[in-house]
Amino acid sequence: MGRITLDKVRKAFGDVQVIPPLDLTIEDGEFVVFVGPSGCGKSTLLRLIAGLEDVSGGQIRIDGQDATRVPPAKRRLAMVFQSYALYPHMSVRKNIAFPLRMAGLDKAEQDKRVNAAADVLNLTDYLDRRPGQLSGGQRQRVAIGRAIVREPAAFLFDEPLSNLDAALRVGMRLEISELHKRLKTTMVYVTHDQVEAMTMADKIVVLRAGHIEQVGSPLELYRAPRNLFVAGFIGSPKMNLIGGALAAQHDATTIGIRPEHIAVSTDAGDWHGTVGVSEHLGSDTFFHVTCEGIAEPVTVRVGGEVALHYGDSVWLTPDKSQIHRFDTEGLRIA
Amino acid sequence: MATQHSRSAARFMMAPAVILLLGWMLVPLTMTVWFSFTRYLPMRGDSIERGLEWVGFENYVRFIGSSSFWPSVQATLVIVGGVLAITVVLGVLLAILLDQPFWGQGIVRILVIAPFFVMPTVSALVWKNMMMDPVNGMLAHLWRFFGATPVSWLSEASVQSIILIVSWQWLPFATLILLTAIQSLDSEQLEAAEMDGAPVLSRFWHIVLPHLGRAITIVILIQTIFLLSIFAEIFVTTGGSFGTRTLTYLIFQRVVDSQNIGLGSAGGVYAIILANIVAIFLMRIVGKNLDK
Repeated sequence: MGRITLDKVRKAFGDVQVIPPLDLTIEDGEFVVFVGPSGCGKSTLLRLIAGLEDVSGGQIRIDGQDATRVPPAKRRLAMVFQSYALYPHMSVRKNIAFPLRMAGLDKAEQDKRVNAAADVLNLTDYLDRRPGQLSGGQRQRVAIGRAIVREPAAFLFDEPLSNLDAALRVGMRLEISELHKRLKTTMVYVTHDQVEAMTMADKIVVLRAGHIEQVGSPLELYRAPRNLFVAGFIGSPKMNLIGGALAAQHDATTIGIRPEHIAVSTDAGDWHGTVGVSEHLGSDTFFHVTCEGIAEPVTVRVGGEVALHYGDSVWLTPDKSQIHRFDTEGLRIA
Repeated sequence: MATQHSRSAARFMMAPAVILLLGWMLVPLTMTVWFSFTRYLPMRGDSIERGLEWVGFENYVRFIGSSSFWPSVQATLVIVGGVLAITVVLGVLLAILLDQPFWGQGIVRILVIAPFFVMPTVSALVWKNMMMDPVNGMLAHLWRFFGATPVSWLSEASVQSIILIVSWQWLPFATLILLTAIQSLDSEQLEAAEMDGAPVLSRFWHIVLPHLGRAITIVILIQTIFLLSIFAEIFVTTGGSFGTRTLTYLIFQRVVDSQNIGLGSAGGVYAIILANIVAIFLMRIVGKNLDK
């Protein structure tokens, strides 16, 4: 079991309010991702749940029991840190066994659990090495192993992939998702990378300056962002946000249209513009088109390769059903 | 080309320093070794001009055979070991203390380092006259305040007193090095250990202490090299009596008090050998520790 409830949780460092009163429920077995730009309080929120920071007000409940004042070790939560925080002077085996040793388990049980964890994480060949002799991905797996053996109520991940290179990150992303499917344990994952959030989460919590901007499944957030911030944050490349007369035509202050919902034509369409920089990814091509009457260049995604070049004249047609409308407050108009 | 030129230029410019060092080290060393094989008693009229009588290993045999040799080795080991134990243990504790954020941290850190800047002779005199004097010393006043009989420290607990004085001088050094080592400890490691269920003492034992291992070996290595040659502290306080005659002090007595340069030089060569054994031993430990 691992249901975590935050009830009006508040955190202030001195006079600075980092997290204003915040309510959130993380269901048992859910993979929840906290996402937001740097300094939005997502790591602080995770540390509050872990117990590494004391809350300034409110209540944290784990499986219905008040855990607000419970020390971190007693919350049955395991954490994977950004720097992995492995113990450099201990072998991989000792690292993974450390929480078991602290819990006073006997040697045989320790070995059994360490071997099982090593098996799951493909670490069996490395058990006698030291962390310094491992690659980044392997260290990451040791850190996860150290979390698994405790059989915690929930796993907490604090930007675990940010120190890995791009290729390894994709691999580890899959491994962590796979692990979640297999263990079915609650996982709370902090990242600033919306791709990680979209690909891994059951539920995304978008944070800005300690406030929850929106909570929902990845596709809910993609289809119906509640405000301009979420609209701009979720999706890659970013949603085009257009103000002025064009937005007024749709009875909105700002309208948003995703790059993948715009059709490109060389002879006819709604908006006329000139092709600027284009990015060829092979599977997709992104064009940055400067349109008449739109201040910012519009990003357009086209599947495959398209023979358009810098300076070419094009027509863009947005898919009317995919236009998001926002009012003066930046909130979504239903 | 450029590197070739700069390399020879570098050699050329380094030469004075190297020659100076060689002269400084090699000349006295050669002379010591030479004297140690001769009969050299200046009071009896021996001198280099008149030529010294070659006596082979006689001085070496006599130095070891003397009844004060083994006690002096023992005194050296006890004093060095005692100071090392006190400075390392208290150094670790002080370093942890100074690592905590508290008001006036900067000033406290400077005060902690202060004893290291006091000359050995001066600090020994201060301890002898201000603290340990059985009549006017602070400790004597303290003892009397509690109704106890003042201890005449330097005669009744002479070795302990010397260890105390020298520890006071070297504690800042140990604290300073260990403090910088503690500051380099990744706080996430401590947090991870905390989440893993390790209480404060376990965290200290399993995380902080192993992290300090390298710094502790360096403190031990550097201190041993300097502690083997402490002299002023003994000269000023007990003058080598009451069991505080270390090997260094014994050599001094042989040369200066007994005016037997040959015998003293033989002792000096023993001291060189002893220091080198300790150094090799320690270098291997440090090397092993640094390899990790």
